Amino acid sequence: MNRIEDTFKRLKAENKKAFIPYIMAGDPDLEKTGEHVMVLEECGADIIELGVPFSDPLADGPTIQRAAERALKAGVTLKKIIPFVKRIRNHSRTPIVLMAYYNSVFKYGEAAFIKDAVDAGVDGAIIPDLPPEEAESFIKLSRAANISTVFLIAPTSTKERVEKIVTACSGFVYYVSITGITGSRLALDERFKKHISAVKKSADMPVAVGFGVSTPEDAAMIARLADGVIVGSAIVKKFYEHPAGAKEFIKKLREAI
Amino acid sequence: MPDKKGYFGQYGGRFVPETLIPALQELEAAYAGAKKDKSFQNELKHLQATYIGRPTPLYFAKRLTKHLGGAKIYLKREDLAHTGAHKINNALGQALLAKKMGKKRLIAETGAGQHGVATATGAALVGLECEIYMGSEDTKRQALNVFRMKLLGADVNEVNIGSRTLKDAINEALRDWTTNVRTTHYVMGTVFGPHPFPMMVRDFQSVIGKETKRQMFKTEGGLPDYLIACVGGGSNAMGLFNEFLDDDVKMIGVEAGGKGIGTGEHAARFAGGSLGVFQGCKSYLLQDEDGNVLGTHSVSAGLDYASIGPEHPYLKGIKRVYYTYATDTEALEAFELLSKIEGIIPALESAHAVAEVVKLAPKLSKNKIIVINLSGRGDKDVQHVARIKDITV
Repeated sequence: MNRIEDTFKRLKAENKKAFIPYIMAGDPDLEKTGEHVMVLEECGADIIELGVPFSDPLADGPTIQRAAERALKAGVTLKKIIPFVKRIRNHSRTPIVLMAYYNSVFKYGEAAFIKDAVDAGVDGAIIPDLPPEEAESFIKLSRAANISTVFLIAPTSTKERVEKIVTACSGFVYYVSITGITGSRLALDERFKKHISAVKKSADMPVAVGFGVSTPEDAAMIARLADGVIVGSAIVKKFYEHPAGAKEFIKKLREAI
Repeated sequence: MPDKKGYFGQYGGRFVPETLIPALQELEAAYAGAKKDKSFQNELKHLQATYIGRPTPLYFAKRLTKHLGGAKIYLKREDLAHTGAHKINNALGQALLAKKMGKKRLIAETGAGQHGVATATGAALVGLECEIYMGSEDTKRQALNVFRMKLLGADVNEVNIGSRTLKDAINEALRDWTTNVRTTHYVMGTVFGPHPFPMMVRDFQSVIGKETKRQMFKTEGGLPDYLIACVGGGSNAMGLFNEFLDDDVKMIGVEAGGKGIGTGEHAARFAGGSLGVFQGCKSYLLQDEDGNVLGTHSVSAGLDYASIGPEHPYLKGIKRVYYTYATDTEALEAFELLSKIEGIIPALESAHAVAEVVKLAPKLSKNKIIVINLSGRGDKDVQHVARIKDITV
């Protein structure tokens, strides 16, 4: 069992849902990111998703794209983010999941990435453009190192695919709430509710929902349906545009969940 | 043929977010069905003949041949296809397929604007809505094509993020597709992206090579010795090469050398790139040591792209196709040469292939035959070239 599984187990015992905020590593630099991680912890983050900036983030909307541009401008890449996680581990036990596009990992080398990530204290990886069909070696390496592999399930995923993806996942399943990119508007219609309850039935692990969760109200609604709520763009935007109000906003998200 | 997962050797695959995977599976199945569907094939053939104007001529460039003093040079005149480039072969095929699949809307990326125009045309022909994504650097270079797309009823979205060229237009088109996947078909314009696009686009373009072979046998009584095409994503090259892969014919793909490989300002993936995963597939990619995609440069918007269709590195690896590049300067010289000596203004993209022939033909004996895929006409480039030469039109 790793820290992610421990966390969900503890939450379940406490009858609570997971709050999983996302921030972009290196936006605007790693020093600030370190401070942001501490704010997230203080506000009660259960798992922290750290974005790895990429030049062409095709699953992301403009908020995260621009955050990635700022981070790349500051020279922040995977090579610097892994040691950064190691530094965080000096004072924090909160599970950390890296969200990276596949080419960053591919160029680093899958085996080297897993090895260095484990050494640094990374708990899991989300690679939005790596479907399970292309992830055979990545899953194998991650399993051996006890790193969670979190794959995405979309509203368009068929029953067969849901089963396949769930098998490939460990730690938790990432359910994409909408057909769209990060930071889009949420639409919790009947189709969504039906699909997510089917996904929960297939998965023998927690299901967290992300994409489009931007307000405490959204978060509260999602928390009723899922085991965890992922909030990205709204937090990235807050830290960038109104850093003074970020803490209060994140606290409200936590309370809503 | 690629394997089941869409790999040509180690290149290709399907690297996209989950939201799009079911759409790609649906497309793969629909395309496999259309391939066997006689009425679909007949409709495509009928429109190729009556709408695109196929077969396009295979023209013997007598004066160019004489000028260069070596091999006989033929031009496969894709510039004479409806809308002025080979792009329509693919766009029309995909528009018909999308209609058959019950989609309501087509989207596409475009670099030079030719694929955008072709897709807008296909959408108009079959009666679908159409939206085109184009980098703002390219809308500047290709203002005429932007207006053409609008005339054809398409909405043109200027992309103002990243390098503001073709790759950013593809990102935006993929984001749109992810959002509207249930109603929309994405008309990928080249032999790139996630499976089945590289295979399907190649198939729709392979009419170029099939005609060329027939025409060659008719005029010369046999196969040519060399086939030469420019390579951006690589669809016109695959369209010409595919039919000849098992024949004793040499093939050369010409990438954009930009301002020279040493300057870093180019789009020569084989000369300056390495293996990477980008916009849906594994192929050669211009990237930095961390896997971020590098900016590219070419005088021609259609070749200004950081990666290359996955079948190309496969064909390079098995030594079936040889790849080289032509610089901006060489392409511009070839652009002017062909205009003056044959009365054919080539697209700047196609001028890269002509530039290679300017180097190659004089070295070959007079009984050798070269076919250049003249993939597009240069009307769209006239203003851009005038600007480069500081001429006010």
